[in-house]
Amino acid sequence: MPFIPHTEDDIREMLAVIGVDSIEDLFDEIPAELRCGELQGIPEGLSEIEINRLMQTRAKEDGQPLCFIGAGAYDHHIPAAVWQLASRGEFYTAYTPYQAEASQGTLQLLYEFQSMMTALTGMDVSNTSLYDGASALAEAILMAARANRKSKSKRILVPRSLHPTYRKVVDAIVRNQKIELVEVPFDAVSGQTDLSALEGHAGEDFAALVIPQPNFFGVLEPVDEMTDWAHANGMLAIAVVNPVALAVLKPPGEWGGKGVVAPDALSPATPPHPCGADICCGEGQPLGAPLASGGPYFGFLCSTQKLVRQMPGRIIGRTLDLDGKTGYTLTLQAREQHIRRSKATSNICTNQGLVVTAATIHMALLGAEGLERIAAACHANTQKLSQALTGLHGVEAVFTGAVFHEKVLRLPIDAKDALKLLAAHNVLGGYDLSQDYPELGNAVLVCATELRNEDDIESYRSKLERVIQAQVQTPCQLKPDW
Amino acid sequence: MSNLPTDLRFAKSHEWVRDEGDGTATIGISDHAQELLGDLVFVDPPGVGDTVEPGGDCAVVESVKAASDVYSPVSGEVLAVNEALTDAPETINEDAFGEGWIFKVKMSDSAELDALLDAAGYAAMLAEED
Amino acid sequence: MLIYEQSHTGRRAAAQAPQEKAELSSIPESLRRLRPAELPEVSEMQAVRHYTRLSQKNFSIDTHFYPLGSCTMKYNPRAGNSLASLPGVLARHPHAPETHSQGFLACLFDLQEILKEVTGMHAVSLTPAAGAQGEFAGVAMIRAYHDARGDEQRTEILVPDAAHGTNPASAVMCGYSVREIPTGSDGDIDVEALKKVLGPQTAGIMLTNPSTVGVFERRIKEIARLVHEAGGLLYYDGANLNAILGKVRPGDMGFDVIHMNLHKTFSTPHGGGGPGAGPVGVSQRLEPYLPIPMVDFDGHDYRWLTEADRPHSIGRLSAFAGNAGVLLRAYVYARMLGRDGMHRVSEFSTLNANYLLKRLMEAGFDAAYPERRASHEFILTLKRQAKELGVNTMDFAKRLLDFGVHAPTTYFPLLVPECLLIEPTETEAKEELDGFIEIMQTIQKEAESEPEQVKQAPHSLPVKRLDDVRAARELDLTCVK
Repeated sequence: MPFIPHTEDDIREMLAVIGVDSIEDLFDEIPAELRCGELQGIPEGLSEIEINRLMQTRAKEDGQPLCFIGAGAYDHHIPAAVWQLASRGEFYTAYTPYQAEASQGTLQLLYEFQSMMTALTGMDVSNTSLYDGASALAEAILMAARANRKSKSKRILVPRSLHPTYRKVVDAIVRNQKIELVEVPFDAVSGQTDLSALEGHAGEDFAALVIPQPNFFGVLEPVDEMTDWAHANGMLAIAVVNPVALAVLKPPGEWGGKGVVAPDALSPATPPHPCGADICCGEGQPLGAPLASGGPYFGFLCSTQKLVRQMPGRIIGRTLDLDGKTGYTLTLQAREQHIRRSKATSNICTNQGLVVTAATIHMALLGAEGLERIAAACHANTQKLSQALTGLHGVEAVFTGAVFHEKVLRLPIDAKDALKLLAAHNVLGGYDLSQDYPELGNAVLVCATELRNEDDIESYRSKLERVIQAQVQTPCQLKPDW
Repeated sequence: MSNLPTDLRFAKSHEWVRDEGDGTATIGISDHAQELLGDLVFVDPPGVGDTVEPGGDCAVVESVKAASDVYSPVSGEVLAVNEALTDAPETINEDAFGEGWIFKVKMSDSAELDALLDAAGYAAMLAEED
Repeated sequence: MLIYEQSHTGRRAAAQAPQEKAELSSIPESLRRLRPAELPEVSEMQAVRHYTRLSQKNFSIDTHFYPLGSCTMKYNPRAGNSLASLPGVLARHPHAPETHSQGFLACLFDLQEILKEVTGMHAVSLTPAAGAQGEFAGVAMIRAYHDARGDEQRTEILVPDAAHGTNPASAVMCGYSVREIPTGSDGDIDVEALKKVLGPQTAGIMLTNPSTVGVFERRIKEIARLVHEAGGLLYYDGANLNAILGKVRPGDMGFDVIHMNLHKTFSTPHGGGGPGAGPVGVSQRLEPYLPIPMVDFDGHDYRWLTEADRPHSIGRLSAFAGNAGVLLRAYVYARMLGRDGMHRVSEFSTLNANYLLKRLMEAGFDAAYPERRASHEFILTLKRQAKELGVNTMDFAKRLLDFGVHAPTTYFPLLVPECLLIEPTETEAKEELDGFIEIMQTIQKEAESEPEQVKQAPHSLPVKRLDDVRAARELDLTCVK
């Protein structure tokens, strides 16, 4: 019996102790009419040999195309040590560290994670993780709506340049709490949030402004101006950032601050925050999580000190034991569902801990210098890719704004067809923007991480060249002729 | 429970009120309540200027393993909150009926006090709970 | 020692990053970082040694008996990890086209079908990332259903007083108020109390069955009828699905919507707090509202179901498709178990729990519900020990750690004083259970003869009991200031 150790003798002895004749007797409290028969729809069990064959066949079927898609999940190098360590049974098969004395490994590691995240973001405090970047933003918005007691409305300003799926996820999660999302358009030339449109909302009652850096187009937003504008208008500033980009970009804790102070959201007793975003969240995947079809990743959430009690999710504190020795424990648990129940800051429990374990080891191995080199390499490779592709007739950059490691390009042919043809030749040529942003025409979002080299870029360029030629000559033809 | 101050009124939800005689009242949680909660680690007071109603939750007291709402026993406007609790929530553990007060209100209807328990009534309720 | 305390300026694990530092000149100076982030600077070996040593400070299923009630800490087969980590599987971008995803989508589709069959539900969506997100999705679907019918007076979700904290918290996230239903002295829901609170304001009820007190809710059919007659829907919290796998199905009990914790029942690892996966299953009337994306199969090709296919969906819950890697591990497990393996899970987890309960009762421990059959878990109450010996449940739990056993769940559910919720799971051998019984007896003797030994426990772990009050009053959440 797979995974069950009982021998016939064990079963006999155990039933005798219990005082029943058969295992079936143990289910005698379940009404007979509810019992199900054999589950015909479930196939017979497989041995490890058979399941290996099945899974390897299916994995091969999907191939390993050359990937130039980003759009929220990035193909980075992961040091070999990261998952070898994270997969150790002591990390892999432990539960949530509720018994602190028996979980010091996980707890200390998570405390180190919190420290690394505050270092990277420039924020005061970090929780230990949410499900992913999109749901982390939803939690950040709920947190802002709770924290900004001055705002009577539960309205949030959300740039259209924010990841479109993030906007959908946020809506699905906050909708039932009567929180309204109001869209801010982007500037068609720069690709940045339209500051004059933002100014149109000056003086109105909003709880928070969401500020993505970089935005979904890869374009860098004027974060200082946006943060100051939010604070000047009584809103909290919520940063949505890529953690690898933060190795080279100004951390949210230092955004803005040109003589403007954050609204005194909580209490007159706490001094106003001099500058910086109030809440910072994002997708943790670039820190050591493989692409893996979209998960498991993790969401991170950092904030100013004064908002710490509004945070959802776990928080680890350093403290002392009975002998005065340093140790680590879950703290501020009274915010959480297992204590506060219907009044908890969130319903979250399971928190993607193992991926955070990997991220912590990843950051320790790379350090600031390593992450900076990765960020710079991604930036440079995407510039190279953009140059190579815009050298083709009819391919042009859509926006003028500076970018981090993604770029929006307009193609002279149908974007969907182009991506299909490229995929047929094992190049994933980018994310098709036409569905979410029809106003951009045949636009694709491309990304070249540090893993794409010049040969890869040339491979993409030459294949796109042929796709365009083929399409221009015989449009709508889906089968490539080379 | 012989040490309950006799100048206080009590709510069944374990808050106390002291009528200051000038239309204002001081509110806190009882010594019994702090004992049940254990070492307090945080107090979230109402906002000055907030309007409170009898039975409405307006503050939270938090220990390591529990968080408990504080319900205002009377209606009125919050005049002051005990700022000292921000840095020293343990004051409630040490002196629940004195230095551990949580907020003061300008009462809108002092007759509401009559609906509350006196010290003897509260002591009897606690004895029954045991 | 923290990794930060081993850091030396200028030291690096140099092999891990690009050899050259590329130009950043096209990024405006005003948007750039002025000082490097304060991350540790260590060598590769230092990092490896540090995190290996940290791991050794953990209890885990791989190293210790872990009878943590309600958490189903069973063995996590290694095949799941290795097959979900095949190079092509890890490298697949979530936006890879369907032409390059047929193998992956086939696994997800098969898993949907298996979960439908084993729960008796009409349709399944795999996308929720954890149990609590599954709960959110489930309650949001209940809300969408009532709203679509214009039945907007339903504002209340009922939960038993013994429910997991996530139940009321999830209901509130969906904009509902919560009312608690008392549990009777036999461990079943107080049906008379339920009747009194059902009404036109009832949106639904959230139940775990077997319940969180470790017994099967015998009047479930009646409860389902009462709730349905009142116009409400029934939500099944799948935390205890391990107890009934292949024996009785939530769909057959009358539930309209359920979530499953794949990291419990389907043996994907808990990872020190996740990742989990919390797929949801629904009856026919809730199918239009299932969260997206889902996977469809037309007999030839697999494809994603998205907004266009499911216009009434409650929407998306994560940027991509949930915790794909966890779903694959669960799929591998389900295929290895197969048809017969499913019911063996509930049979042997129930056998282990009832054996352990009986032997512990014989050893003098008090069961919270001695007249009831245990499900896959059961509750002891140490009220007597606390009163007579001054040794409480927390003390027993901490002393167990000294004996190399992870503590059972303590002080949950709240309605049983001084409780230990014990779930041995089906993957533990009899001799492990016998060892646990001996340890419990030893601790009982210590509590009688030298109670301080128990009250001061643990003695042999990396730290003694920690000052939680200090941790909460003097918040120290980062070493980077």
